[in-house]
Amino acid sequence: MAWSATSPGANQPDNTAFTQQRLPAWQPLLSAGIVLPLFFCVGLAFIGLGLGLYYTSNGIKELEYDYTGDPGTGNCSVCAAAGERVAPPPANCTCQWCFSLSELFQGPVFLYYELSNFYQNNRRYVVSRDDAQLSGLASALRHPTNECAPYQRSPAGVPIAPCGAIANSLFNDSFKLLHQRLPGGAYVEVPLDRTGIAWWTDYHVKFHNPEPINGSLKLAFYGTAKPPNWPRPAYDLSPDPNNTGFVNQDFVVWMRTAALPTFRKLYARIRHGNYSAGLPRGAYCVNITYNYPVLAFDGHKRLIFSSISWMGGKNPFLGVAYLTFGSLCIVTGFVMLVVYIRHQDENGEDEDE
Amino acid sequence: MTDPLQWARYHWPRLISGAGRNDGERFYNYSSLLLCGKKPSQTPKMAGKHRVVIARARYFKEEYEKTCGTYMNNRIRTTKYTLLNFVPRNLFEQFHRAANLYFLFLVVLNWVPLVEAFQKEITMLPLVVVLTIIAIKDGLEDYRKYKIDKQINNLITKVYSRKDRKYVERCWKDVTVGDFVRLSCNEIIPADIVLLFSTDPDGICHIETSGLDGESNLKQREVVRGYAEQDSEVDPEKFSSRIECESPNNDLNRFRGFLEHPSKERIGLSKENLLLRGCTIRNTEAVVGIVVYAGHETKAMLNNSGPRYKRSKLERRANTDILWCVLLLISMCFTGALGHGIWLSNYESVPFFNMPEPDGHNLSPALAGFYMFWTMIILLQVLIPISLYVSIEIVKLGQIYFIQSDIDFYNEKMDSTIQCRALNIAEDLGQIQYLFSDKTGTLTENKMVFRRCSIAGYDYCHEENAKRLESYQEVSSEDEDLTDTPSGSLSNMTKAKAPSCRTVNNGPLKSKSLNHLAGSCLALGGEDGPTDASLSRQAAFSSPIETDVVPDTGLLDKFSQITPQLFTLPNETDQDLSTETLYIIDFFLALAICNTVVVSSPNQPRQKLRLSSLGRMPITSLEEIKNLFQRLSVRRSSFPSLCSSKESSSSGGPNAFVSRLSLFNRSKLVPPTEEEDSPLSDGAPGPSEKTCLKDQEKAEAAAGSPDGSPDGSPDGSLDSPLGQALALDLHYEAESPDEAALVYAARAYQCTLKSRTPDQVTVDLAALGPLTFQLLHILPFDSVRKRMSVVVRHPLSHQVVVYTKGADSVIMDLLSLASADGESLEKQQKIIREKTQRHLDDYAKKGLRTLCIAKKVMSDTEYAEWLKNHFLAETSIDNREQLLLESAIRLENKLTLLGATGIEDRLQEGVPEAIESLQKAGIKIWMLTGDKQETAVNIAYACKLLEQDDKIFIFNTQNKEACEMLMNKTLEELKKDIQKPPNFPSLCIHVPPLRAGLIITGKTLEFALQDSLQSRFLELTGLCQAVVCCRATPLQKSEVVKLVRNQLQVMTLAIGDGANDVSMIQVADIGIGISGQEGMQAVMASDFAVSQFRHLTKLLLVHGHWCYTRLSNMILYFFYKNVAYVNLLFWYQFFCGFSGTSMSDYWVLIFFNLLFTSVPPVIYGILEKDISAGTLMQLPELYKSGQKSEAYLPLTFWITLLDAFYQSLVCFFVPYYTYQGSDIDIFMFGNPLNTAALFIILLHLVIESKTLTWIHMVVISSSILIYFFFALVFGAMCVTCNPPSNPYWIMEEHMMDPMFYLVCVLTTCIALLPRFIYRVLQGSLFPSLILRAKHLDKLSLEERNEALKKWKEARTVKQTTTGHSHPTDALERRRNLDPSCDLSVTTASVNSKQRDSPTFKATLDITNVSGMAMKTVPSSGHPLQNSIQK
Repeated sequence: MAWSATSPGANQPDNTAFTQQRLPAWQPLLSAGIVLPLFFCVGLAFIGLGLGLYYTSNGIKELEYDYTGDPGTGNCSVCAAAGERVAPPPANCTCQWCFSLSELFQGPVFLYYELSNFYQNNRRYVVSRDDAQLSGLASALRHPTNECAPYQRSPAGVPIAPCGAIANSLFNDSFKLLHQRLPGGAYVEVPLDRTGIAWWTDYHVKFHNPEPINGSLKLAFYGTAKPPNWPRPAYDLSPDPNNTGFVNQDFVVWMRTAALPTFRKLYARIRHGNYSAGLPRGAYCVNITYNYPVLAFDGHKRLIFSSISWMGGKNPFLGVAYLTFGSLCIVTGFVMLVVYIRHQDENGEDEDE
Repeated sequence: MTDPLQWARYHWPRLISGAGRNDGERFYNYSSLLLCGKKPSQTPKMAGKHRVVIARARYFKEEYEKTCGTYMNNRIRTTKYTLLNFVPRNLFEQFHRAANLYFLFLVVLNWVPLVEAFQKEITMLPLVVVLTIIAIKDGLEDYRKYKIDKQINNLITKVYSRKDRKYVERCWKDVTVGDFVRLSCNEIIPADIVLLFSTDPDGICHIETSGLDGESNLKQREVVRGYAEQDSEVDPEKFSSRIECESPNNDLNRFRGFLEHPSKERIGLSKENLLLRGCTIRNTEAVVGIVVYAGHETKAMLNNSGPRYKRSKLERRANTDILWCVLLLISMCFTGALGHGIWLSNYESVPFFNMPEPDGHNLSPALAGFYMFWTMIILLQVLIPISLYVSIEIVKLGQIYFIQSDIDFYNEKMDSTIQCRALNIAEDLGQIQYLFSDKTGTLTENKMVFRRCSIAGYDYCHEENAKRLESYQEVSSEDEDLTDTPSGSLSNMTKAKAPSCRTVNNGPLKSKSLNHLAGSCLALGGEDGPTDASLSRQAAFSSPIETDVVPDTGLLDKFSQITPQLFTLPNETDQDLSTETLYIIDFFLALAICNTVVVSSPNQPRQKLRLSSLGRMPITSLEEIKNLFQRLSVRRSSFPSLCSSKESSSSGGPNAFVSRLSLFNRSKLVPPTEEEDSPLSDGAPGPSEKTCLKDQEKAEAAAGSPDGSPDGSPDGSLDSPLGQALALDLHYEAESPDEAALVYAARAYQCTLKSRTPDQVTVDLAALGPLTFQLLHILPFDSVRKRMSVVVRHPLSHQVVVYTKGADSVIMDLLSLASADGESLEKQQKIIREKTQRHLDDYAKKGLRTLCIAKKVMSDTEYAEWLKNHFLAETSIDNREQLLLESAIRLENKLTLLGATGIEDRLQEGVPEAIESLQKAGIKIWMLTGDKQETAVNIAYACKLLEQDDKIFIFNTQNKEACEMLMNKTLEELKKDIQKPPNFPSLCIHVPPLRAGLIITGKTLEFALQDSLQSRFLELTGLCQAVVCCRATPLQKSEVVKLVRNQLQVMTLAIGDGANDVSMIQVADIGIGISGQEGMQAVMASDFAVSQFRHLTKLLLVHGHWCYTRLSNMILYFFYKNVAYVNLLFWYQFFCGFSGTSMSDYWVLIFFNLLFTSVPPVIYGILEKDISAGTLMQLPELYKSGQKSEAYLPLTFWITLLDAFYQSLVCFFVPYYTYQGSDIDIFMFGNPLNTAALFIILLHLVIESKTLTWIHMVVISSSILIYFFFALVFGAMCVTCNPPSNPYWIMEEHMMDPMFYLVCVLTTCIALLPRFIYRVLQGSLFPSLILRAKHLDKLSLEERNEALKKWKEARTVKQTTTGHSHPTDALERRRNLDPSCDLSVTTASVNSKQRDSPTFKATLDITNVSGMAMKTVPSSGHPLQNSIQK
């Protein structure tokens, strides 16, 4: 511009490495020769890891039983059939699963129930909860969020606590494990540790009961309705004051919605008394209180005993994947080697020219 | 299910048309123009309403208010926004973008409860961020414009004030219609003004319109008739007339109206009376005028349409791929909808994990599926990368920043660097296929420099001049202000002159020292001369490089022999010598006289030099004058001593004198010319030496007594002060720069043009003093005659003399064949002719513009006879032009050849190299120029656009049929050449692919551009390496560009410096303006403005390549990134009943694109450098990858998408199988997916990057850190804050789980493996050209040079094995192109079809309708003279 007066040289750009785009740079030039060692190293490392994972996973024992009660598959079918017909299923239909262990089931043993074809990850289902209410916020208790609808208020207009579909569909089968130490002996109830099955943070931070009024949780819940499918209100979930209401461990576990349509949830840990090392040899029976209807949506219910390692439950996939990928790397490495040698030849020829 | 389809059907055309519309969309910055009632681009029809202007003076206040009160004032506003309307207007403009509308639509969609997928507020976030960033950018740009406007509005001018009754200073913005404005010399005109008074007695005012139309020659404007005769200034108080004129329009070349006096007398107004805003007053002391148009209504502003909004090719490409993404998105959503419907209908009863509506009823599967479609669109919206647009904008800003920071574009002389005016097409620079260049001022410096001359058959090569020109590049900046003044050349000359008398051969004087001395001499003695650097800008064509001519010592030597005796004793002693000397005198007189140059002096600004009283003194008797001369001759030839005495006295110190003496001793003469042409060996040495000696003695005598004669001599009054003072400061302003160059050259030989009036020319000839020629006639230049003549009466011989200057081709034919002076003279002429012709050829080969100078002496009777006829011609009404032409031909014959000049329109530094590189880079270069064919071809050769052994086809036809025929023939021939490779490879082994050049003139171009010939023309040009269009009008230039661009679908770049290039600059995909010589018009219209042509090389080859690869890679990466990430969500839908669940927290989802993975690609887009600048410059071939869009082909896009699909599959299913059947919850499942995706996406970038600087490292690692930091903090802090999605403690939990790491590592590795292997194999097995070149970068400097050499050799070998080369041929010239001929075609080519000999030439004349001839060499001999072009 003719009218802009600047001192001479004022428009001169800075001569720095940055502005002149001369920054020192690492310029990776990928070629077979360079990546050869990488492939071999990664391959070996992965195979090592894979082996470790594989054996760890193999070391984990699992024992599972499908107690859905498909017609004619066991004594649970009666309950299942009964549950089909009646809208709130008849309470306390029980059935049994008996098994025997020929050797020690290495502990710590975890008892899971597994539901399949149960879309707990359905978006509309997932959002149907009120975390504020569950955290014990008084106002939210009386005014549950709209997300909970239609389980927000009872037909009478009373707010439901806990609101929402997730809470409403709380899994309510219960299990009792009996152990017969000696053949023909008496069945002893194996202590199931039902505490500590939820995340510590969930139990202690995220979920809170509303402030009890006069020491009574019932009063705190006054003015709220129970979820329609629940046989009893939240404050009656368990006689243990630390395990009732919103902080009922089963409830807390259930509220952590599963990612996939087939999922397990922890029911109990077996770690007390004689069973701290695992389940000893002998015959066992699980008494199942069958309440939860799954046949309507083609669902299945399973009961699983599983020992646990640092990598969680039994899953050979990761180990196999590591092994496969590691071997693949090694193979690629060899391919690269061939390429590298050939390519060098070509280069040599080029230079000869 | 049909509804989505309908939606698509409805929206698609909209999206497509939206994208398409953007292509051609122009945004007028000067949108306020639209508001002032006239559309800027309207055809300038005389509007129904006229404008009435009344002086804004005291007595007509009321009337004034009534008529002129509504006109716009002179304030301009080019900004788009004001503070108030910024937000709404910017939003409005932004939503013109289809993409933004789409995102707005998504936001709105999310507020529909039925389909809501995220929380409403969160979805808005990306859009808001994007809009804000762009709004800030727009705001800053507008603010810059605002500041410039303010500057312009506050410029000061002098306006008549009613109150003060005088002219007072006022800002431009306060000038209103009807104001009287008084402007002095060199002031810029603030508004459109009708000229009412000029200090020039003839009522003329000169303006320079370079700011407007780029033409740097002066234009004359006249005072309104009836006012010119007034002696005093117009009194605004008394001005009572009214002006009626057209309504404002944008036609620069038209102004109609009349001025009506109170007496109802009307005086017509034309454009000659109008001073346009933006022009500069030159050469006129002061003018007064009345404002008729102001501000936005001025013609200049109406013509200023502002920069246009261009979309780059790459972006257009990306837009189509975005449409593909939309299609992909829709099909994914459709899958989702379908899936959801099927999933729902699988259940006999509604399962309780499927929620009924809040009111309790359940949706039918079909309806639910329909809703799900929309939900999915919201969920998967990220597939359309919203951040892509923002990122592209940011990357472009970064790229522009680096282009602007490049120090190689910095021009110290002008303290300017590249200006990037268009911010969004930098990447187009990397894809240019056609380059259209202006010639003058773009390839050349538009500075005509006198280089050589040939007089009477002797070549004076002016070696020192040549060296001086070279050395200018080194010392230019410091010496500029010193050598700036003409006195520099004078003192130079005097130094060179003095020693020239002592004919001692000490070897050539070093040019540098000479230059230095010139400086020092000035420093000592040049105090009285203006040393203001700005002086150079005062006059057109007066930069030092043009004004300084170092005389050739040999010629000076001869020049010094000039004595008045030559005129007194013409027929006596020393016939040979005197003839030659007379030739020399006549030659320089012709240079000085035969032109239309305006003389001015900066010391007395712009007052035209009238003859001094001395000059006007009637010459009473020739005898008297002769005596006078004789007496003065002694003193005159000792002129140098005069100078030195002046210097030593002014500086007071002896140093100057000593240095001068040392110069005398040291410097000596180069032998005047190269060997055999030396006058000493060839001419008549004896007498020459004698004369020289005589002069020398005189000079020594004078030098011996430096304090002596000059001042003391009473006769000295004759040549001073006029002779001294003015000679130093004269400026010549010519209509064409080469005219000025010749006058400056003559001045260097002390043949100084001192003044010019319509009837007299005064020349100060060193030895003879001021001579006043009576100017009888000027026969101006025209393109038919290709020459101009002046007819003068010689003051000494009193003969009528015709001096003619013109193209060698014409002059040579007009020379006298039989001279009356007898055998010897005739013979001599013949020799001179031959020699001169040789020199001319030589000059032409060196790319000089050649002119022949000839003269003719007429007897009084001859003259009288001619005059009679000429008078008849002049006064005839019918056929006047034809008669005048005939009359001129009658006069211009039987000429005596004096000599020839070689003028260099100097090529800009580095132009040939630049053109060579660009051609190597596969760019087809067209030169479009308004210049003549000869000039154009000369320059084309000089700048290596055409090579000596190219086939040249010249199209110069006068009618369409011939043009068509010629085209067909040429096409045939070219095709033959291409299709038929030589059958005798043994004979022609090294032959590069055929190179052909096409030269086409404006007239023929017109035919070629017609619809019927277009395609053939394009086909033809497609076969040619270079095309030169000469005599092209600005409109044709733009039509050519448009044609090529639209028909061939190629990327075009136009570069130019003048207003005549503006239209072409605007039409091309990229317009580049050269800032410098010719005003700002081209720059204003351009996308990039550079200061020199050679900068184009780096701009295209390096920055263009970088910008293109960077941006295309970044865009591809963005597509990849979004598809890869979004597909994770999509795969999850298969496991959640297509219910639209996202396994990630919304914030993570939003931030993933907005925060975690946004900066690395931007940095990658800005800093990625696949090859170093040096390699790119050295291997222009690498540019071809950009031309072919190799970095971003449709296939690349699909491969990228495929890779993205693969990676997302891996990224989803590895964790899926790992966590299958476990107690994992949704967010726990999403977390490793996110984390792995982050690593995959970032490491993918690392694999793709060719350079990784610490900035990359910092950005990538901080992306990862931010991700983890965010996840951890959010996981820890947010217990209930983000219902219903709640990632509480997820990350913490995972960080403690070894499985998490194992999953992430495995996923990342598997996902990246294929691309990694591909890159590795590509690197080893089939490296692209670019990859190979990259290898060079890794080598050390020496190795690199070695490798580069090898590389280049390898390439040439490759080429030569495929083709065969043209032998360089001897030249054959066909000089006479008869322009009057209806049809004249010349085709030149080196023809290699005759196979028996590798070197031969074939000449082929097809003398049918299209006379077709072949020739091998540039028709460079055609001299040029920039004609008077109006």
